[in-house]
Amino acid sequence: MAEQISGAESFVRSLEHANVEVVFGIPGGAILPAYDPLMDSKSVRHILVRHEQGAGHAAEGYAAATGRVGVCMATSGPGATNLVTPIADAHMDSVPMVAITGQVGSSSIGTDAFQEADIRGITMPITKHNYLVTRAEDIPGAIKEAFHIASTGRPGPVLVDITKDALQNKTEFHWPTTVDLPGYKPTTKPHGRQIKEAARLIVESHRPVFYVGGGVIRSRAAAELRQLAELTGIPVVTTLMARGAFPDSHPQHMGMPGMHGTVGAVGALQQSDLLITLGARFDDRVTGKLESFAPRAKVIHIDIDPAEIGKNREVDIPIVSDVREALIQLVPAVTAEFDAGRRADLTGWWRTLNHWRETYPLGYEAPNDGTLSPQYVIERLGKIAGPDAIYASGVGQHQMWAAQFIGYEKPNTWLNSGGLGTMGYSVPAAMGAKVGKPDTTVWAIDGDGCFQMTNQELATCTINNIPIKVALINNSSLGMVRQWQSLFYNERYSNTDLHSHSFPDFVKLADAYGALGLRCDNAADVDATIEKAMGTNDVPVVVDFRVHRDAMVWPMVAAGTSNDEIKFARDLAPKWDRGDD
Amino acid sequence: MARHTLSVLVQDQPGVLARISALFSRRGYNIESLAVGVTETPGVSRMTIVVEVDQIALEQITKQLNKLINVLKIVELDDETAIARELMLIKVRADVNARSAVLQIVELFRAKVVDVGTDAVTVEATGSHDKLEALLEVLAPHGIKEIVQSGVVALGRGGRGIGDRALRSADKQA
Repeated sequence: MAEQISGAESFVRSLEHANVEVVFGIPGGAILPAYDPLMDSKSVRHILVRHEQGAGHAAEGYAAATGRVGVCMATSGPGATNLVTPIADAHMDSVPMVAITGQVGSSSIGTDAFQEADIRGITMPITKHNYLVTRAEDIPGAIKEAFHIASTGRPGPVLVDITKDALQNKTEFHWPTTVDLPGYKPTTKPHGRQIKEAARLIVESHRPVFYVGGGVIRSRAAAELRQLAELTGIPVVTTLMARGAFPDSHPQHMGMPGMHGTVGAVGALQQSDLLITLGARFDDRVTGKLESFAPRAKVIHIDIDPAEIGKNREVDIPIVSDVREALIQLVPAVTAEFDAGRRADLTGWWRTLNHWRETYPLGYEAPNDGTLSPQYVIERLGKIAGPDAIYASGVGQHQMWAAQFIGYEKPNTWLNSGGLGTMGYSVPAAMGAKVGKPDTTVWAIDGDGCFQMTNQELATCTINNIPIKVALINNSSLGMVRQWQSLFYNERYSNTDLHSHSFPDFVKLADAYGALGLRCDNAADVDATIEKAMGTNDVPVVVDFRVHRDAMVWPMVAAGTSNDEIKFARDLAPKWDRGDD
Repeated sequence: MARHTLSVLVQDQPGVLARISALFSRRGYNIESLAVGVTETPGVSRMTIVVEVDQIALEQITKQLNKLINVLKIVELDDETAIARELMLIKVRADVNARSAVLQIVELFRAKVVDVGTDAVTVEATGSHDKLEALLEVLAPHGIKEIVQSGVVALGRGGRGIGDRALRSADKQA
């Protein structure tokens, strides 16, 4: 007879077989059996967080920085519901993640038992797939499938809910060699004829642009993108989710498009005659008013998720494929077109693009009252920490400035909550990234609002020797909301003043958590403060940058308006006429 | 906007109906009719879903449905190439004076009486949506007390089944 072990032991062995190196979680009643054998695992490290939301975002940050599947774990009921926000976040941003939750005993399901929540039902619309496992013998199969589904096709979160009796009952351990999912067959290779048609359209277009989304990072296609971009000489824009997919220093990079994109990037899309869309989804924050988005452009849309193709924008050449595979095939297809003498002249297009770039560069005005400019802080941080560091931001003004004023050169160095816009992402995501990349400097760029949602994970960082650095862009406000109130609500600042120049004292808070707390409130001290943080690697660092509260994020396309109505500063719109040649 | 009938093969696993109905409500589409039952293959259920949407929404629905791990295949069935039926039970007033007239209507529609009371009969009718509508219209003057109706079930005409390779999945038309 084969060895009889508990479902919990079978679960831990399953994690080991799935090559899990770290799990972020918190134990509780229903998941307790799993925590006992976990203590003895030689290969799976468990990091005890302070809130399940922290576990979820840490798993996301780990996944986004390493490309591996992030794992988080919680007990039933409130433990599981606290994972809902990071699961939804991972679903929106296609982050490979497996969430494990305990569930009440199978005979108690449906009785409103203590700490019972139907987490499978709750997470159905925000997971790629989920499981309720009620029998010990089903645990390895569910774990195997969960990792397979989370990491293949369009990545996403998978939840495995395991009842307490399934963890306690005896079973034999069998790690399945294959997965049998007849309803799950992602198309990863492009259609040859579509690639040929795409190549033909690419070489004959006069105003083409690569519209690059987060899919390029998820499919590890940065090198292939660069190859095709340099082969064709076509301009590139990288969305918020794709920052780092193409080097910011590259002369063909026009920057980030969208609501707070550069005039050059927004203009490139608007005036384009061909969008070569790579792993992007025509999000409303990129397109602005959809009806007037890139009105003269044909569209090649390459995405691994067929449901994204044609969802928001009609497509001329749909290509369902892993974006890397498609790029690999596009290079020879385009080369063949060039060899046959077909190649449109892009000189006029580049003249236009360069004119926009020179006329409307990214910039900001320093406040004239001697207070600290948030953009300056972020710009200096990017310069000093450099392109090898990882930056994880929260959500709001500081996120946009971090996307604008830091030069990203490599994929997986910019982590943020793009689709869901989850305040509180930054600190735990930075923690997860640092666990995955312990030798890399990891900066959390956070706002004073966001920071107060998840800063409890500083305790986790200090205790587990995860020395992240936090640049707190403290404007004492919910800054982005305040900006909208300034622009659209007659400067009536309803409930956006956080008073965080007074409370809490972030330096003391950092100190209380065993982190180094620093404060900086003038431009002259910025570099020295950042250098001091960079030189501290034994404990986490929190820098309270007290910044000017009226700074605004520009450029801006107001919500619901056309990209053509972009303002590069308040009441200042670019002149587009040069673009109509 | 037009009525579309989708035939969906799914793995018969707990929660699969909830996944599908949740997907419709989450994406903002209404299900007009839904019928679920076993198939010739153990472990596989077949759902017949009727939706009233335009072509773009239909494409999005089928693509989103296809992303569900438990969904095996989706085929759109149209009126010309498929047979669609629904079942209706109608309790209609039929006292002694009206009974023969009601029975005559039942006869004409090839429906049948499955229960008789002193003042009412219960009629079982099977047919297309239009036929049942017509039957209701004719019975209405007698006084309909209660109706209950099944979802539409539909099968493609001819010798091929939905599982055959030759039938392309609805989402592949894009």
